[in-house]
Amino acid sequence: MNIGKSVFIKGELSGSEDLTIEGNVEGSIQLKENTLTIGPNGKIRAEVFAKQVIVLGEVTGNVTATEKVDIRDNGSVDGDVTSPRVAIAEGAHFRGAIDMQRKSQPVGTPAKPAAKDAPAATPAAAGQKAGA
Amino acid sequence: MAGGLNDLFSRLGGRRGETPGETGAPAAAAEPDLIYPTKALPKFLATMAAKPAPALLDLGPVVGGNVSFFGEELGCRIRVEDVFGDIERHAVSGTLDALPEFFRTRFKSEPGTVDGILCWDVFDYLEKGAAASLAAALARLLVAEGSLLGFFSTASDPGRAQYTKYLVVDQGNLRYRTYPGTRVRQRSLQNRDIIKLFESLRVSDSFLMKTNMREIIFRKPAYLAGL
Repeated sequence: MNIGKSVFIKGELSGSEDLTIEGNVEGSIQLKENTLTIGPNGKIRAEVFAKQVIVLGEVTGNVTATEKVDIRDNGSVDGDVTSPRVAIAEGAHFRGAIDMQRKSQPVGTPAKPAAKDAPAATPAAAGQKAGA
Repeated sequence: MAGGLNDLFSRLGGRRGETPGETGAPAAAAEPDLIYPTKALPKFLATMAAKPAPALLDLGPVVGGNVSFFGEELGCRIRVEDVFGDIERHAVSGTLDALPEFFRTRFKSEPGTVDGILCWDVFDYLEKGAAASLAAALARLLVAEGSLLGFFSTASDPGRAQYTKYLVVDQGNLRYRTYPGTRVRQRSLQNRDIIKLFESLRVSDSFLMKTNMREIIFRKPAYLAGL
């Protein structure tokens, strides 16, 4: 499902299928079991809840994902992010706080490499399991 | 054989030859990335480890790998406030004189709510007044026994007009990635100047690295809780 560039939505947006937004949305977006993609032209001023959120456009508001938040190159998030996995590409803009879940491995154990700072560098890409 | 020599050199100092292309990242840097050991970072992490969900404030530009590292490995709640971006913005607009006042109200977090602060080398780019203002604001944010990690260059050469992103490779190594800016490092601070800058905090650990970088961890004394 796509929401095109010329579409402006104000209010509550919810659904049970994957959604790509290229237009403007103000209010709240809930896709609890699905993936929300904010396209390069998408501009969101909303609280966002989804299974997975991929940001290539602009988001102003808090973003919560049960699986993963992926802020791609040129994507922008101004708000707090809550998700067990967060990937922020080089060239992405982010301003806010990030809440992730702690892995079971305590600090002080042998050093484990961090995920490389590459586009869409994710813990999974580095062979790490998310903390869920 | 060549690999063995490379490994030997890497143990002796910074690892050259690891260009941005090798990480899969686009080459945003003015120079090839270098990896250097850090002694303060593991100490800093240890101070955070005892807390179930510590609040971490990162003053550098956002780095995806660091977010993954601190978030997943430590379970931190991370707030990124790009103070380097603030400095650059003021430098470009010719309003560096306004930085002391700007820093007084820069951070929205409540005083005494942050467990750890990653300053990186931000103080190297500030004049005395702005540095004092930022240091005071950061000290207020820390909880009792909270930690602040700062890097301070001891090199006399201010170098190029550029900033550095510090990418965590692992607990003991950082990848230095430079990116262009309009501000050069200001005069390097003497150890006593640094201590005076954070007079309300105490020095927990201090390391003078071969990179001409002084890595210092400050802690907020318990008796200053709430101040």
